Amino acid sequence: MKDWFSKGSPWIWLSGGAVSICMVAVTGLVLMIAINGLSHFWPKPVVEFEYRLPGQSEGQRVIGEVNRTETMTAIAMREAGLTVPEGQELVTRHMIKRGNRDVTGQDFVWYLDDHMYDRRFPRDILVLERLTWGDFYGYLVDYRIDGEVVAEGAEARAAFRQRMAETADLVREINVIERVDIGDVNFRMEQLRLRDRGLNLNERLSEAQREQARAEMAERQAALDEDYAVLEQRRNELRHEVGRYAITMETMEGQMRTIRLDAVVHAWWPNDMSMFQKMGHYGRNFWDFVSGYPREANTEGGILPAIYGTVLMVILMSIVVTPFGVLAAIYLREYAKQGWLTRVIRISVNNLAGVPSIVFGVFGLGFFVYFLGGNIDRLFYQEALPSPTFGSPALIWASLTLALLTLPVVIVATEEGLSRIPRSIRDGSLALGATKAETLWRTVIPLAAPAMMTGVILSVARAAGEVAPLMLVGVVKLAPSLPLDGNAPFLHLDRAFMHLGFHIFDVGFQSPNVEAGRPLVYATALILVALIIVLNLTAMIIRNRLRERYRSESD
Amino acid sequence: MNQSAPSLSSAGREPGQPGALPDGERRKRLRRWRTIKDYFAKYSVGTFGVGVIIALALIFVYLFSEVAPMLRPASLTVEAQYPAPGGTQAETLHIAMDRHKAVAVRYTSEREAVFFNTVDGSVIRREALPIPEDVRVTAFGLAEPRNRLSIFGLENGEALLVRHEFNESFSRDGRLYNPSLVYPVRDGERVLLDVAGDGSGIASIAIQRGSTGTSVAAALDDGRLRLVRFEETTSFLTGEVTVRRNAYDIPRLPEGAEPTRVLLDITMRHLLVGDNQGHLHYYDVSRPAQAERVDSKRIIRADSAEVSALEYLLGTVSVIVGGSEGSVSQIMLVRDEDNINRITRVRDFESHASAVTGISPEYIRKGFVTYDAGGNLKLHYSTSYRTLLSRTVTDAPLALVHMAPRANGLFAVDNQERVHKVDVFNPHPEVSVRALWGKVWYEGRSQPEYVWQSSSATDEFEPKFSLMPLTLGTVKAAFYAMLFAMPLAILGAVYSAYFMSPKLRQLVKPSIEIMEALPTVILGFLAGLWLAPFAERNLPAVFSILLLMPVFLIFAGYVWMKWMPRALLQRVPDGWEAAILVPVVIFVGWACVVLSPWVEIALFSGDMRQWLTDVGITYDQRNAMVVGIAMGFAVIPTIYSISEDAVFNVPKHLTQGALALGATPWQTVTRVVLLTASPGIFSAVMIGFGRAVGETMIVLMATGNSPVMNFNIFEGMRTLSANIAVEMPEAAVGGTHYRILFLAALVLFVLTFFLNTIAEIVRHRLRKRYSSL
Repeated sequence: MKDWFSKGSPWIWLSGGAVSICMVAVTGLVLMIAINGLSHFWPKPVVEFEYRLPGQSEGQRVIGEVNRTETMTAIAMREAGLTVPEGQELVTRHMIKRGNRDVTGQDFVWYLDDHMYDRRFPRDILVLERLTWGDFYGYLVDYRIDGEVVAEGAEARAAFRQRMAETADLVREINVIERVDIGDVNFRMEQLRLRDRGLNLNERLSEAQREQARAEMAERQAALDEDYAVLEQRRNELRHEVGRYAITMETMEGQMRTIRLDAVVHAWWPNDMSMFQKMGHYGRNFWDFVSGYPREANTEGGILPAIYGTVLMVILMSIVVTPFGVLAAIYLREYAKQGWLTRVIRISVNNLAGVPSIVFGVFGLGFFVYFLGGNIDRLFYQEALPSPTFGSPALIWASLTLALLTLPVVIVATEEGLSRIPRSIRDGSLALGATKAETLWRTVIPLAAPAMMTGVILSVARAAGEVAPLMLVGVVKLAPSLPLDGNAPFLHLDRAFMHLGFHIFDVGFQSPNVEAGRPLVYATALILVALIIVLNLTAMIIRNRLRERYRSESD
Repeated sequence: MNQSAPSLSSAGREPGQPGALPDGERRKRLRRWRTIKDYFAKYSVGTFGVGVIIALALIFVYLFSEVAPMLRPASLTVEAQYPAPGGTQAETLHIAMDRHKAVAVRYTSEREAVFFNTVDGSVIRREALPIPEDVRVTAFGLAEPRNRLSIFGLENGEALLVRHEFNESFSRDGRLYNPSLVYPVRDGERVLLDVAGDGSGIASIAIQRGSTGTSVAAALDDGRLRLVRFEETTSFLTGEVTVRRNAYDIPRLPEGAEPTRVLLDITMRHLLVGDNQGHLHYYDVSRPAQAERVDSKRIIRADSAEVSALEYLLGTVSVIVGGSEGSVSQIMLVRDEDNINRITRVRDFESHASAVTGISPEYIRKGFVTYDAGGNLKLHYSTSYRTLLSRTVTDAPLALVHMAPRANGLFAVDNQERVHKVDVFNPHPEVSVRALWGKVWYEGRSQPEYVWQSSSATDEFEPKFSLMPLTLGTVKAAFYAMLFAMPLAILGAVYSAYFMSPKLRQLVKPSIEIMEALPTVILGFLAGLWLAPFAERNLPAVFSILLLMPVFLIFAGYVWMKWMPRALLQRVPDGWEAAILVPVVIFVGWACVVLSPWVEIALFSGDMRQWLTDVGITYDQRNAMVVGIAMGFAVIPTIYSISEDAVFNVPKHLTQGALALGATPWQTVTRVVLLTASPGIFSAVMIGFGRAVGETMIVLMATGNSPVMNFNIFEGMRTLSANIAVEMPEAAVGGTHYRILFLAALVLFVLTFFLNTIAEIVRHRLRKRYSSL
């Protein structure tokens, strides 16, 4: 033993352990996000039990999903004012998701394992995912049309199921009308309003021209009003139709609740599902998540706008950053005179990669949003003032800020690629009489292209995960409309947008019901992590291939 | 690439000439064309390259340009001078302008209010005050200036309360004014309010008006003190306002002291009375019937000097004292150990050369102007301990000065009743080195402190811009992160560069790179939502992992080397220790968590968190420990990959030499490898530290963001970066708060740039050394 120590082997093991700890931590972290994120969509069994404190003869019936389980010391629990049987030192407690927020007010409650009796998983427990108030747990009692009971018991279940599918179609149609068609009309009305204000501000117009323009606008306004009336009527009809159907549910306290079908998103009997059905349910939930709009202060529903915003922002950013970064690198490596100045510049550019991202955010807010945006508004969007068009956080400013932030990444990667290209290739090309530009274009750049790709991919990965600067220059909690839609000019650079990373921050830390939003945060995090890992792996693979290629070419 | 280099793209589409060479003319043309393209490419790439570099430099320039205005000194210019509108034979009691500095009012001793145009002094409207002809005005008082409320004390013991309204409205032709006077409190039908009760004249008077009513405090000719309250109740049925008048006699000053000035605060609980001997007396009048003198103190330093001016600052918490010898100082009521308010001198400002004749506070900030008999005036700001400006406006002694509502101008009236309209440029008086970095005695605090509190719901709030708590928080977060990350990253780097088998290394390196790419928002969310509650529940587990993990790792190694069968040992090549230890790490971690409650029961009477509280340690759920772990996790990859590079590139002949001389592998590492690579490891730590300093999302999510001033691992902190993220969107553009946040960003920028540059230079030197070895 002494010998083993004096040779220093323990320290080798210890340093080996440091690597193991890092590896365990990083895999554990990714796994934890993956497991938590993926399990969110699986229909969990719903347990029913009686919760009876000692000394009570009558317990309370509880229905819900087991959210998580913890072991605590009995003393800590007693200090918290809970009754724990004498002589017991450890306590297991379960967090039960009871749902029914509108009935009980508390949808997540801790229950001590010791007082839970008579646990069972009834097959006819029905879970409803609702548009508002979260999930609902209970038993289906009857099915009603226009308030009249039509079916009860097993019949009700069949009738409800069938009706649910039809209602879902109608609700989808209502959503399309409200979100797309009416949104479209509103957008055009707003354009008209702004044009009207613009007319008043424009002093060069004569009164006659103004009158003519006004008349034309009034005509269009009338047409739009008419469109709106038609749409509204259709929507009201549909609303009336879906509002006719309802079911009655019995809650765990034995209360009866009538729930309209149009308030229900999904309905399922979790304890009565086959593996196949569960998988179907899983798939549908997952699809709803990635293709749906958020609800209930972002704690429910989907994250489509966030994905959309992230992707669009990153694309715009890479459109900006690629040419600038690559050209700057070519300049530094191929054209600039190599000397102390280029060295200073190179070090500075390298160091910019280490400057905190929030500093870029502050710069973006001050320079892009307030200075550039404010001036653009004063020059071109005077009719909309004082409400800002470009003078507020917007997609374009977010993209530009992140382009600046990731510029060093692209420059450094491209420079590295250029420096790896053997001198002989350049010399060969020049010796054959090609000009410098031709050498660059025909030989150097094609060879360095993968390095540039790597740089761009890495910059995209960095940009996709960056949140702090975006909080200042563009993201919002909830964007009313997507930055790319069917209204001219289609790409709305002046709109604020939603972002996956900010969504995580917002739902996890600023929402009123953190517990309800938690699974969603994990699922969102999973998507973001997956995106970034894929991007990074791609960059790594490209880089490794590149190295192999040069190894053979430089020989 | 096509769109990225349009200048070069045409070169690619040059028509080839198959077969024979083209004729000379065409070759010449072609050559010229190629030269042009070459030039074009050269200059366009050059423009782009330089442009990008300039754009990056712009960041620094812009940040600095936003901070620079704070350094600009205050200035003032006399815009206009005219004889006092409404006649110079009457004395000016009060003069005030509206917030656009367009219209102003002057109250004269001739019982008149004159509204006038501030540009040329032309009279807009004159209105006589409802004071009988034969009654003299003997005292005048102002409520807080932003209330535009004045009170006239009369020789018959009555008082008139009046408010001027500028009534601005907007039309096509611009701003319109329709100024008027309002008498907000009436006693029955009368606008004159009885204060003295027995007809004795009023010597000095003070007024405050709040939501519950109006209070008037007065010193009478015979030295008595009176407090009169008018409580207003609005009948919710008829909307009628009824006023109840209650008058109280306040105990007299000590024998021999004559009251010269009364001051009442806006809570109507504190009454301050100045006397002719340089003393200030504090009365607690929260229950006026039992009002008593709590404290008396001489507030002027020089023995021979007298108090010549006494005025409340905005918020009526602190009082500015001007002395006949020219001194200016600030006084506050500060609670002592017995929780009794004491009159306390807080700070002194630059003195005047002659007696201070008056003080005028700003409407919306804690600044004020003092003026003296020599026609000189000085701008001061209380929180920043600054005297910003000293200027002589006129040769005549100044009789009255009043600030504009937005503190961007002032009226100065001299003893010849000439009005000087002055434009004041003083946008950032709150900033001084002392206010940002030193201990400041804020209003309502019992001692000087470091506090960051930039905004509050009330207007009279004193912004507290001490960057110390934020800087300390930044350092604290980075320190704990480095404490966690450095051992893991450096040990790991040494191991994987020197001992690890190449195969394993191929697996480990990309994983660590992935770790580096993980968005910090995800680390922050896990730290805040999972790790923080987990650590709170399983505190013993966290510490037992910290203590036991190294022990068990070494123990596992010993067991492996000594007790495993030879056959198995030979099957596993060198450099796989890390892989063997993975199950050990998992097992120890798991065991510590499972055993955590038992440890709690055995050592910490069942609840470690409670135990900590009992010992006297504050515990926040989101604390520095959680941040340290999460941010440590974020900086491990940075430190790891740079130091791994440094260790890996140590020339092989050095290590082989050491081994050949009989050193054990570990001796080689500590005596040769680490020594050679230490500059590289140093630069890795610098870069890691730079990253930890600037990290935003993790600290934002994993701490409570409270700006505390301590190093307690169980309490949170607020860092510079998180503070920017939280407050920047709400800061008013161009305001002091906004610029201070820019300053914080600039500090971060410069600091990280500096750290990275040092690291880069060190690394560069190292690379040179390696190549020479």
